[in-house]
Amino acid sequence: MDEVDRKIIAATQDGLPLTPSPYATIAEEIDESEDIVMERVQSMLDSGAIRRIGIIPNHYKLGFKANGMTVWNLSDTLIDELGDKIGQLESVSHCYQRPRHLPDWPYNLFAMVHGKTRNEVLRKAEEIKSLLGDAVDGHDILFSRQILKKSGFRLQQADKPKTEVV
Amino acid sequence: MARKTKEINIDRVNRTLINMLQGGFPISKRPYLEVANQLGISENELLWRLDIMKTDGIYSRFGPLYNAAALGGAVTLAAMRIPEERFDEVVNLVNAHSEIAHNYEREHYYSPTLFNMWFVISTENSEDIKVVISKIEKETGITVYNMPKQKEYFLELKLKV
Repeated sequence: MDEVDRKIIAATQDGLPLTPSPYATIAEEIDESEDIVMERVQSMLDSGAIRRIGIIPNHYKLGFKANGMTVWNLSDTLIDELGDKIGQLESVSHCYQRPRHLPDWPYNLFAMVHGKTRNEVLRKAEEIKSLLGDAVDGHDILFSRQILKKSGFRLQQADKPKTEVV
Repeated sequence: MARKTKEINIDRVNRTLINMLQGGFPISKRPYLEVANQLGISENELLWRLDIMKTDGIYSRFGPLYNAAALGGAVTLAAMRIPEERFDEVVNLVNAHSEIAHNYEREHYYSPTLFNMWFVISTENSEDIKVVISKIEKETGITVYNMPKQKEYFLELKLKV
C-alpha cells in the first residue's frame, strides 16, 4: 500500500461520494487523476484489499430486529467440513472458526444469523443443529441487545470516528 | 409531510436498490448512471435515494469495504465479562479506542450470560491488536478474551430485503 492508496482509503472511509463521477471527486480531493483512482481501486479489488464496493444495510432498520450469534462446540476433526456446510446456508451471513477459551467458553464455531424476530433466529439455529447432528457437543445463541459502536475500519490519522449508540 | 422515523417505509425501488448494491458497484466514469439505467430511474433520482436512505440510517455505509488483513493490518473479535454496575463505564473506556470498529452488548439465550460485550478490533498494523488489548485490560482491570478467526467458511453479506 503506497501513499496514493492511503489517500484513496482516507478519502473513502465514510463511503463513496454521491456525485455523478465519484472517482473524479476523489481524484480532485487527493490531487491525482481520475484514471489513477479508478486503476488503484480496481487493483485493490483484485487483490482483495477491497472486499467489494457495496452497501452495508442496517439490518435493524430493515426489520431484521434479531441478530443472533450462534456458537457451537464442534469436533475438531469435523469442523472444516461442517463449517463449509453451515457457511453455505442462506440464513447464515458469516461463519468462522475461532479458538476455545476453556473451561468457560467451549465454542469453536460462530455462525451469524439474522431474522425478523428472535423466533425466526431460533428456527434457523435449529436448522443448523440438525445439520450438525452428533458432531456438536453444546451450543448457544448470543442475541444482540444494543449496538454500542459501529464505525468500521478507520485509518489512524483520520478524524474522530463516528459512533452510533442505540 | 410528517415522517415517522421509527417505521421506515422502504418502497419497491429502494428494496431493489439495497439488494442490487450489496456488491459489484461499477468502477467507471458514471457508475451511478449505469446502475440507474439498470433500475429504470434517472441518475439524479438514484443519488437522491441513496442520500435519503443514508440520512434515515437505512444503510450505514456505501463504498469500498476494506479488508484490514489484506492491507497489512488485522481484525479480531474479542469479548469481555463486565459486571452490571460497571457496564457504561467500561463501554466508554473501550469505545474511546479508535481501533474498536464495532461493539455490541449481547446476552446468552440458553445459559446465563458469560460475555456481555463483544467487539471487533481493527488495526492498521497487525502487531497493534495485542497493544490495544493490553491497554484495555489495564484501563478496565477486566480480561479481554481474544477470539480471532482461524478459518472463514463463507463471507457473504447478502441480505435480501
